[in-house]
Amino acid sequence: MASETDERQVAKLIEGELGWEELRNDVLPDPKDDQRFEVTRRLLEERVDWDNPILVPLNDHLYAVGAEQGRIVKCDCGHEFCSLEENWKHHARVRVREDEEEHREIYPQYQTPHPDWDFQLREWFCPGCFAQLDVDAVPAGYPVRQGFEPDVDTFYEEWLGEPAPDRR
Amino acid sequence: MSIENTKVGEEKLAVTEKLTNGGEIGWNGQTLQSMLEDTERLTEETGHYRGLESLELKEEDRFEYERLYSRLRGALVSARETALHVSASPIVREIGELCFQIYTPEGDSIAVSTGIIVHVHTGSLAIKWMIEQDYEHDRGIEPGDVFCNNDNDLGNVHTTDVHTIVPIFHDGELVAWADGVTHEADIGGASQGHTSIVHTSRFEDGIYATCEKIGENDELYQDWKVRGERSTRTPMYWDLDEKCRLAGCHMIREAVHEIIDDVGAEMFKQFTREAVEEGRRTMESRVQERLFPGTYRSTSFAALPLEEEGWKPEQQTDTMHHLPVEMDINADGTMSLDMEGTSSQGDHSFNAAEGSMTGGLWVSLTQCLLHDGKVNDGSHYALDTHFPEGSLTNPDDPQLSFHAPWGTIMPAFQSVWENVSQAFFARGFREEVVTGYSETSDSVQGGGTLMESMAQMIPDEVGDYFPVSPFDLSCQGLGASAVRDGLDYGYAMWNPESDMGDIEEWELTQWGTQYLSRQIKTDSAGHGKYRGGSGWEGVLTVMGAEDCTLYKAAQPDVTFSKAGMSGGYPGSTKYAVRAHDTDLADRAREGEPYPTGDTPPGSFEEHIEGDVTRTHRGNYFPKEYDNHDLMHFQMGGGPGWGDPLERPLAKVVADVEEEIYSPGTVESVYGVVGEFDEKNREFELDEAATDEAREEIRERRREESRTFEEFYEDERERVKDGDVAHQVAEMYVDAFDISEAFETEFHEFWDLDGSGF
Repeated sequence: MASETDERQVAKLIEGELGWEELRNDVLPDPKDDQRFEVTRRLLEERVDWDNPILVPLNDHLYAVGAEQGRIVKCDCGHEFCSLEENWKHHARVRVREDEEEHREIYPQYQTPHPDWDFQLREWFCPGCFAQLDVDAVPAGYPVRQGFEPDVDTFYEEWLGEPAPDRR
Repeated sequence: MSIENTKVGEEKLAVTEKLTNGGEIGWNGQTLQSMLEDTERLTEETGHYRGLESLELKEEDRFEYERLYSRLRGALVSARETALHVSASPIVREIGELCFQIYTPEGDSIAVSTGIIVHVHTGSLAIKWMIEQDYEHDRGIEPGDVFCNNDNDLGNVHTTDVHTIVPIFHDGELVAWADGVTHEADIGGASQGHTSIVHTSRFEDGIYATCEKIGENDELYQDWKVRGERSTRTPMYWDLDEKCRLAGCHMIREAVHEIIDDVGAEMFKQFTREAVEEGRRTMESRVQERLFPGTYRSTSFAALPLEEEGWKPEQQTDTMHHLPVEMDINADGTMSLDMEGTSSQGDHSFNAAEGSMTGGLWVSLTQCLLHDGKVNDGSHYALDTHFPEGSLTNPDDPQLSFHAPWGTIMPAFQSVWENVSQAFFARGFREEVVTGYSETSDSVQGGGTLMESMAQMIPDEVGDYFPVSPFDLSCQGLGASAVRDGLDYGYAMWNPESDMGDIEEWELTQWGTQYLSRQIKTDSAGHGKYRGGSGWEGVLTVMGAEDCTLYKAAQPDVTFSKAGMSGGYPGSTKYAVRAHDTDLADRAREGEPYPTGDTPPGSFEEHIEGDVTRTHRGNYFPKEYDNHDLMHFQMGGGPGWGDPLERPLAKVVADVEEEIYSPGTVESVYGVVGEFDEKNREFELDEAATDEAREEIRERRREESRTFEEFYEDERERVKDGDVAHQVAEMYVDAFDISEAFETEFHEFWDLDGSGF
């Protein structure tokens, strides 16, 4: 049996303000709160200034949302990237750190990739708010792969037993 | 004691009588082979373990079922806790690097003890191999027999993980198998240590026991004992570890006999079947409860900079391994893990057999998804894996070296953890996110001989070999979650009970080496809104030893393995420093400072005179160390989560005061500016300057970033021209050779018609 949903606790989880004792004693152990997804989704919707229904959170800033043009990836700042089927990184801005000097802005000497190995840190930014959305650590020439393709309808219809919020 | 008057003796008589009359040792007159065939067929046909669509015992007598599970698992844990005291090796006794399992007659894991639970499925592969090889009629499987396996190609993780496997009989039938595994300090081989990076082939790996019968009547064969005594560098540990494993297996056997005496053989058999099926159902329901369906992709990389270090011509090359992971979470709660495109097997010790990879899988999933202690091979039936044949993760050449597969397993599972964490986050369980971990190196290894000058201190051991294999490496930085920072210097991917142990305990066995320090490695933690756990560093010296060689394997060193998540960075890379022909003795006499670390990098040399070697790469092969020579080593930091500019200022201030980050680093990465009083470890924040610095970082993001199209065009030209480091180009070509699918994906992405690589 899942524990009772504690909205205050979920809000604190989202804000990163839940103390270790509460996290350890109430949140980390089984059984898990079976309303967590819906409560999280609703609290996240309250935190953004736009009205599209959130279908699934992708990371700290990005959401899969329902929109007039279909399901899209949207930043909490309001910037719309692309359809959910596409790789949002193809619509982001990117800075590549490959030279040792560029790595050294982040790490001390010797604690960076060796310059002979052409290894990159690709920093992906939102073109709207310039939040750092993701970092890839890959060798030069590596394709930009799509990290997550959520199966939204299977989740809502088969696992939760109801249509997705954009189809209700 | 003669075996004739024991329970095992009774079993042996029953089996002998049965075999004499043309009987078989499987259930109801079956062979083990037919039991295995039936199990595979029924499971495949019905989707339930052995076709068990209902769990009658569990449903009708739940209390009895749970009592049996607790009793059986309790027996495994008890065997582990008791048996480890039989050992003398600190790896087993101090760190608890051992585990016990119990399997069905056809080799499906029913339950696993605490400890190195990487072995959920490994013994399963070995037992099934023995059954397929018809051991029951050829080699013979009888009560009191003892088998041993450490052959990775047939079911093991790590060549120095050694399994003792004991069949358990009742009334002439084989009712279960007990399996104990310990991590050895040394099993012989071309170089010392528990994880040699020097080997290129099986012929250098030391003792291989390939599902070998090593004893009968509960006694080990004399020739096997002699082989262990003469083939390892630490025969005492080998012998006592073996006794530890055998004692544990016999404790488990006794517990099974008691259970059967109490509830009857039929109930025990029914219980074991249902326990496996319950494991399968638990896996599927947990997936549906915690994760989000869909497709997940992540790629890790593992650099192997051996061009300068390699001893053999074939290994003198710089290599980068490609470790892509695609996971599908399906509507029915099943999962698949596909590593199509993985680099090919090679002439090095980092080859990871399929058993090694499934070991990595289970030690990962038991930490993040199945942490109720009930994991078994049922979970394995709910998961489909594809480790391409001939690749680094499923070699088809058993003559390769399998001594250091963790060098492949650990980076590969960074991607698995990322994929599962992405699914946790999507589902709202952000506290379960783990962005990854620092891989467990630098593993300092080697050995030497205690010299006469130590006779007063350790008189009985002068002239004896001492191993150097501390488990410092089991305390790395854990990656951040999506709600908090990672654990500082306290995590090992392969053992959730990670413990570095007291260094004094290790020094008792590593007589000729002494630690000068252990301290936080500043600036090793991966940056982010939630930072990764910090790493640490140490310095050791050689004292009273001769013929001492030391080496270390560091990962990641010349490249990262993988980044953090949601905007977080990876922990820093590692490097190597050592000093030979030093003035340490003079410094000790004069009371002058000596190196206690290398933070900031370069400071090591300030407190020592001698021949200092410093390399950007962290790996080096065995080097001779004389007395008062120094070795520096470091444990890494975990990756971070989220945009570093969103890290609360108070946390950054604490990071500086607690030596996690240097003031220069927090200014350039987090835009946090202030005055640091190093003596009192107080960081006074300059809020105005911080606001300005953070805005400047945001502005630089605007100015220095490009659109994806601009990036794509530049990078495409580079790929088209083949303008990347040779080791990167070779990684692509090798991956294309082994995977047409990856080659197609690569060339389609860059819109290249086979040009470039």
